[in-house]
Amino acid sequence: MTARPAAAGRKAVAGIPAGLGRAQLLELYYFMRLTRSLEERLANLYRQGKVIGGLFRSLGQEADSVGSAFALDRSAGDMLSPLIRNLGSLLVMGALPVDVLRQYMAKATSPTRGRELNVHFGDLERGFIGQISHLGDMLPVMAGITLTFQLRGERRVGLVYVGDGAMSTGAFHEGMNLAAVRRLPLVVVAENNGYSYSTTLERQTAVPQLVLKARAYGVRGERADGNDVLAVYDVTRRAVDRARAGEGVTLIELVTYRRKGHAEHDDQRYVPKDELARWERNDPIDRFVRQLTDSGWADAGELEAADARVAGELDAAVQAAQGEPLPEPASALEGVYVEPPRQAAPWQREVTRG
Amino acid sequence: MAEVTYLEALRQGLREEMRRDERVFILGEDVGRYGGAFKVTEGFFEEFGEARVIDTPISEAAIVGAAAGAAHLGMRPVAEMQFIDFISCAYDMLTNYVATARYRANLACPLVVRGPCGGYVRGGPFHSQNPEAAFLHTPGLKIVCPATARDAKGLIKAAIRDDDPVLYFEHKYLYRRIKEQLPEDGDLVTPIGRARLALEGTDLSIITYSAMVWKALEAAQVLEKEDGLHAEVLDLRTLLPMDDAAILETVKKTNRVMIVHEDTRTGGVAGEIAARINESAFEWLDAPVLRVTAADTPLPYAPTLEDFVLPQTADIVSVARKLAAY
Repeated sequence: MTARPAAAGRKAVAGIPAGLGRAQLLELYYFMRLTRSLEERLANLYRQGKVIGGLFRSLGQEADSVGSAFALDRSAGDMLSPLIRNLGSLLVMGALPVDVLRQYMAKATSPTRGRELNVHFGDLERGFIGQISHLGDMLPVMAGITLTFQLRGERRVGLVYVGDGAMSTGAFHEGMNLAAVRRLPLVVVAENNGYSYSTTLERQTAVPQLVLKARAYGVRGERADGNDVLAVYDVTRRAVDRARAGEGVTLIELVTYRRKGHAEHDDQRYVPKDELARWERNDPIDRFVRQLTDSGWADAGELEAADARVAGELDAAVQAAQGEPLPEPASALEGVYVEPPRQAAPWQREVTRG
Repeated sequence: MAEVTYLEALRQGLREEMRRDERVFILGEDVGRYGGAFKVTEGFFEEFGEARVIDTPISEAAIVGAAAGAAHLGMRPVAEMQFIDFISCAYDMLTNYVATARYRANLACPLVVRGPCGGYVRGGPFHSQNPEAAFLHTPGLKIVCPATARDAKGLIKAAIRDDDPVLYFEHKYLYRRIKEQLPEDGDLVTPIGRARLALEGTDLSIITYSAMVWKALEAAQVLEKEDGLHAEVLDLRTLLPMDDAAILETVKKTNRVMIVHEDTRTGGVAGEIAARINESAFEWLDAPVLRVTAADTPLPYAPTLEDFVLPQTADIVSVARKLAAY
């Protein structure tokens, strides 16, 4: 399949691939730009010491997160679970930039009330479940989410992200196998970005393509250019439609590239310079802008308006989040259980008195 | 009233909850048409159908993870570990994902993981374990260990209704060996977090749980007959959250306390109980808190070896005498 627009489609909106309209193309652009700009704002805050923990970038991978999440039907109650480089997918599902900023800055107002970091947060209403750091674990969890859809007879679909690293875990295998056996309505997006921390794909797996693993699980496998947002959307949308129709799991390999280190502290000295330069020339936003303007699907004014919208929203979000307080220390004891323990331990009373 | 075994009581509790609440479903290995390795879910497949009694691949992490996902959406999954020894394969899922869900993400995770624990059955190192201590220091989990048929039923019902994740460790030695008259109707629920006084006494306290309750009661009989000592036996029933009030009460009553558990000694539950007594009731003690536990070895297979490693009634009697004489 290809999502590259044919030259003939230059004027006609009908030439837009994957059944998308002009407004949706602008939305895709907006979310990719929002993802990149939000991370750039975070990088500034990180350098100012305002981000408490590490900062994880998805520079160059915005198309795969945004395009795949965009293929879900939020009004149908579809759900996803991201990994660390899927900020874009959360924004598509309706996560607020201000909440992402609050998470990184450990604010009391953050969705996890300062208990968890970065994009490790969820919102059942908006349709996303926060990951934990143990790679692969979200596969069994999303198998349980989609099992519930299946048991209840709901026509909802789940999507879960894994990376070339997460696919080496036992939890990935167990969850994938369970989902495959039960033909659950689950789309598994395997982002092949070349590196897990400093480890290359060749050191992570003996197969040259992640998609080859689909066959072993008895599920459909697809592979697409992860830096082509329309290709990502198209391949994911078809998998989502199949899942909704009861045709089970698809494993999609999206080929992309991690242009930053594992986290902001990582100087990537293990990455060949020419490799980085090559992928910089394959930037997913630049490519999409060229596609939009060359094909006449959007004009420069529309893209500038989207950029201005992003900048305005992020100005407001950063402004709002920065002044907010950190959580009250004793709030750390709340919410381990629905009901607090009947008796607080002696040391615990000391803390609350203080 | 009808006489039911521990296993039948557990089965009744599960069945009643599944009839009462359609959100309850079971998943595990061979739990469906086969009815489970110990037949706990026998007849469930026929009554509730494939959608509510789900056979899974041999994948404990996926069983628990899938249960968690379902629980987030309001289901009430009951995951069976075929033998509780295999819960270690889901340790990550339970401690990192399930136990933290409410705290870190305000995500409800009302699931039950249950399975047969315990030795005295010549099961060897991988079909005899007591994993409670491995989970005791995981905030966010609850742990129950029924000793009686009544509590086997009452605690599974309470566990299923609980809004937090509960580990339910059923002792396989007790499955068919103990019976009890239970009411045939009515809603028998044992509150989580409450101990039960299994035997009243005045001279010393034996704090214990699960199958060791029965050994403690046997030992109490011997102590009464041969030594004229009146031992009190406290059946904890729930290990997490622990019933500190009941522990304190028996300490203040007898002033001499021993803790008995089947699990190994080092880092075991007894150490935690002793520490709590030390912190809250040191002045009430007339003797050090003593322990009777398994030896610190994997559990061996041969009867001579297993019997040597596991706590026996005679061990409880001899430590109780030491405690009384201190």
